[in-house]
Amino acid sequence: MDTLVARYSRPAYHENEVLSEQEQQDFTDTVPSLKFAMPPVAHPSAWLRAATDDRSNPSCPIKIAHGTTTLAFRFQHGIIVATDSRATAGTWIASQTVKKVIEINSDLLGTMAGGAADCQYWLAWLGMQCRLHELRHKRRISVAAASKILANLVYQYKGMGLSMGTMCAGVTKEEGPALYYIDSDGTRLAGDLFCVGSGQTFAYGVLDAQYRFDLSTEEALELGSRSILAATHRDAYSGGSINLYHVKESGWEKHGFTDTNPVFWKTKLEKGEFSNVTSSLDD
Amino acid sequence: MAAMFSQNPLMNGPNYSISDAPKEDAPEGARQHRFDPYTDNGGSTLAIAGDDFAVLAGDTRLTSGYSINSRHHPKLFKIGGTTADQKDATIVLSVVGFAADGEALKERLDTICKMYRYRHGKPMSVKACAQRLSTILYQKRFFPYYAHAILGGLDEEGKGAVYSYDPVGSYEREQCRAGGAAASLIMPFLDNQVNFKNQYTPNSGEGHALQERERRPLTRGEVEVLVKDAFDGAVERHIEVGDGLQIMVITQNGIEEVLLPLKKD
Repeated sequence: MDTLVARYSRPAYHENEVLSEQEQQDFTDTVPSLKFAMPPVAHPSAWLRAATDDRSNPSCPIKIAHGTTTLAFRFQHGIIVATDSRATAGTWIASQTVKKVIEINSDLLGTMAGGAADCQYWLAWLGMQCRLHELRHKRRISVAAASKILANLVYQYKGMGLSMGTMCAGVTKEEGPALYYIDSDGTRLAGDLFCVGSGQTFAYGVLDAQYRFDLSTEEALELGSRSILAATHRDAYSGGSINLYHVKESGWEKHGFTDTNPVFWKTKLEKGEFSNVTSSLDD
Repeated sequence: MAAMFSQNPLMNGPNYSISDAPKEDAPEGARQHRFDPYTDNGGSTLAIAGDDFAVLAGDTRLTSGYSINSRHHPKLFKIGGTTADQKDATIVLSVVGFAADGEALKERLDTICKMYRYRHGKPMSVKACAQRLSTILYQKRFFPYYAHAILGGLDEEGKGAVYSYDPVGSYEREQCRAGGAAASLIMPFLDNQVNFKNQYTPNSGEGHALQERERRPLTRGEVEVLVKDAFDGAVERHIEVGDGLQIMVITQNGIEEVLLPLKKD
């Protein structure tokens, strides 16, 4: 009863308001709220799937950009993170220059596979949480804790239609090189080596064959790059450029954003690999 | 990241949001309610960043299915000026997709930029505005705006900046981007003419040793010609593009706006 009275006995000027309280907050808050607009239907997630999921409904009106081949592996001198850079919306290549390695802060990296917006938004949000942890506890957050913050968050939204397959990589004093896989189902795994995305199988094929923990830094960078190259070659949803990172205890280091085409021809012509492809028109 | 729609208009669906017409397979006496809140209003947009300027353009046709409902409905909006006429604005937003969602999005972003100006006593930078637009789009992650947004302005160094978005807010700074119905017609042209993709220097080598043509920033004159050519080409091959071409050029001196005619058939 009290709530009813409170609701209908507001001062008159409230009734003339055009904006809801939530909308007003959106305009004045410096930090965006975590309240999301919902469609006025009985089953929001089913409606969202019909409107946005091009796999279950190829003629869906809204095509969301998707990410594709990403990998990361632990080795003696840290962690290598490598991705392709293609974004597709259905069969349309929306971009060839996507940054699928997300710099959470100067020590932590995240990778993007699945919904591009989901990964971008929630990893930026994770960056905020990590900074708050630093301010509150006066020390850097562990990779285990950071990845768990993200895993708990996506678990809260389970079944609502988030789509992300991400890896968190970082090197800390306590943990050494630490690598976690988190996906939108709520899975969180620690491991030495992960490949995520539609090109994952092709990347695993190369990575598993050549991987050792005692790889040198040069060998490790080359292996990361070569695994992505294999994926871009066989998976139509992967391509563009190879984005390479090396994570060390002093923070991450970028090792280029290289177009795949010259790398492919160099690999073929100088090393004799990819012999399934002919280089001249007459044979 | 960026961008995205299929090229096809929603041709089978109704063009208003709630339809209570019974579906054919509905049992006798049962009435099915559908929630179709979107219409594809067609049209196309394009943005190119130069060294010290940014150009945004969009056609002014508004369609619904095969009907042309308006020949002058702008898709480009100035954002964050001090007044309603946006005379001193420095940022431009272009939206294509569902016009009503586009308008709502523009209204939101503009209000937020104005609030920022009152609070901080300075206009919002494009970088900040771009990040905020991403979060606005993501607030509707579960009930998305049916809109492909492109934001243009000058960055802190005075260089041209173009940001492109997907409907739920993933974004990327780019040199150029085409959006909307004719994106798939315009984008390959832009790749070739702005980023010199698949262009090589003649006689610079044999076969795979052939050198790529070196990239150079385009002048404002070159970009304006490119924009007109891109749209003339799109009008020729896409039914949802035509009537008028609205162009906004953002420079140090503010925003210049021109309206050029396009074919009206």
